[in-house]
Amino acid sequence: MSTNVADKKNPGKALPISKRSNRRMMFREIVKNRSLYIMLIPVILYFVLFQYKPMYGAIIAFKDFNPFVGVWDSKWVGFKHFEQFFESYYFWRILRNTILISLYQLIFAFPAAIILALLLNEVRSMVFKKVVQSISYLPHFISLVVVCGMIIDFLQPDGIINRMLLSVGLIEQPINFLIQSQWFRTIFVGSGIWQGVGWSSIIFLAALAGINPSLYEAAVVDGAGRWKQMWHITLPGLMPTIVILLIINIGNFMVVGFDKIILLYNPSTYETADVIGSFVFRRGIVEANYSFTAAVGLFNSVINFALLIIVNQIARKKAEASLW
Amino acid sequence: MVYKKSLGEKAFDVSNYVLLTLGTIVFLYPLWFVIISSFSSASAIASGSVTLWPQGFNIEAYERVFSDSNIWTAYSNTLIYVGAGTLINLLLTTLGAYPLSRRDLKGRNMIMLFIVFTMFFSGGLIPTYLNVRDLGLFDSRWALILPSAISAYNLIVMRTFFQSTIPDGLIESAKIEGASEYRILWNIILPLSMPVVAVMTLFYAVAHWNSWFDAMIYLQDRTLYPLQLILREILVQNKTNDMLGGVGSGDVVSIGETIKYATIVIATVPILIIYPFLQKYFAKGVMLGGVKE
Repeated sequence: MSTNVADKKNPGKALPISKRSNRRMMFREIVKNRSLYIMLIPVILYFVLFQYKPMYGAIIAFKDFNPFVGVWDSKWVGFKHFEQFFESYYFWRILRNTILISLYQLIFAFPAAIILALLLNEVRSMVFKKVVQSISYLPHFISLVVVCGMIIDFLQPDGIINRMLLSVGLIEQPINFLIQSQWFRTIFVGSGIWQGVGWSSIIFLAALAGINPSLYEAAVVDGAGRWKQMWHITLPGLMPTIVILLIINIGNFMVVGFDKIILLYNPSTYETADVIGSFVFRRGIVEANYSFTAAVGLFNSVINFALLIIVNQIARKKAEASLW
Repeated sequence: MVYKKSLGEKAFDVSNYVLLTLGTIVFLYPLWFVIISSFSSASAIASGSVTLWPQGFNIEAYERVFSDSNIWTAYSNTLIYVGAGTLINLLLTTLGAYPLSRRDLKGRNMIMLFIVFTMFFSGGLIPTYLNVRDLGLFDSRWALILPSAISAYNLIVMRTFFQSTIPDGLIESAKIEGASEYRILWNIILPLSMPVVAVMTLFYAVAHWNSWFDAMIYLQDRTLYPLQLILREILVQNKTNDMLGGVGSGDVVSIGETIKYATIVIATVPILIIYPFLQKYFAKGVMLGGVKE
């Protein structure tokens, strides 16, 4: 590119492009666009200060962090904290809970959004469709704290859920849902569907709108009913979107929204509720075990990153769809 | 598409409408229940007779919540965080997105990689927390604004929008006329990009409005607390004592319940009021994010 610029500026003069003039061209380009680089300064500063500096700070996972001497001068201890974590009772518990909650979300919440989109897509009345859609997004905009406050209130022994179950005779005694650990994952994933299914369906609806209508017309001519159309046209049309979102979901497999966990769990449900994020929060910030929990967090980050790369590779080969 | 519907298809249609109607009720009823409960008497709630309409209509709970100074302080704090925070978000995101949307910017791919990498890898909660402490932001309003000043994801969405909707020729000709980059950005790019600016405002503002975790770990001073943190105390940790002055001990529990409902309504109404106006941007926003880069 720099050769072209040089040729235009010196017509008729064949310039031998040395490394030096190349560098000069580059310099000229940068000077020409200096205002653009100046705009980027605060942006880069932000990422250095609030994203990359904590990455450097993560080396306390290999040290015994002493706040008085700082990250750099704290003593190296190698993999001590990792070993301590892998050998502890909590390792399997939080790993299991993280994986199970993610898995349930993938099995129940992810298809729920696709099903909602498919159902809405089959609705002929535009007004009905619009009303249902608008109402289904609504929970997404209610703050997490309020949603959790509502969950806690509704699930009390004398709360509305127990009253309903009692009145239709499904149970004989009120269930204390929030204290019994076997209910936690159901509550967590179920309320998550209520919060997010409408919002997540938007992207599928948009993909559905992009399917060529002539495909359906041709199918009708061939005598295909609604089910056949859904199976042979609608679902294949959705596949690229489903694959991309699946990659993102699996890439985030080890990230469970621990802020919601913290709002909903209590010591009697730790057994099924405590995930990596909530454990790091409790042991790290509340109890100030910085190095140990930094190690747990780093373990989590590395697994996430590896998962994302693996899944993306597989998808690129098998489904010809990928994030990059 | 005119064709005769078979019986099976009619059954499909009917069950589809029934399912979606049921779904709509499931989305709405919890919210409706909170609203009617907040206007009901404490005894009606305790006896479980509130189902479809308020029972023993009264607004005592609202009077108690409105007379609580904590709520008002927290409300105004949240407005500060949403206002100032979103403004800084928009400024920095635009300053990042515009230069990086320019194909003639040397090193642009490197800078993009530098930004995108942070979406997939992070130092983790503890190093982030210690970093904010080292920067001296503890117990300051900045702790809720600076650490989340840019979302890499939003920056990419905005950059993609600039790249795909603004013709290169427009920028070229503005430059020939002698306009500076700042002028081009402010007078040409931004007026053409109002849809993306609206979506960004929405996303950032909602994130600030809902945020509570950062406030919990970075703030000690209660006068700086945002609304969501006070809501957590009332709704999740069950601290309604402040508002229960003058209530007989037998009624404390049930009035505490109505206070919770009223608090939820007060904290959610602003969103519900602006919701219909912002509706049209939602789908657009999600789709902007869906553009593959």
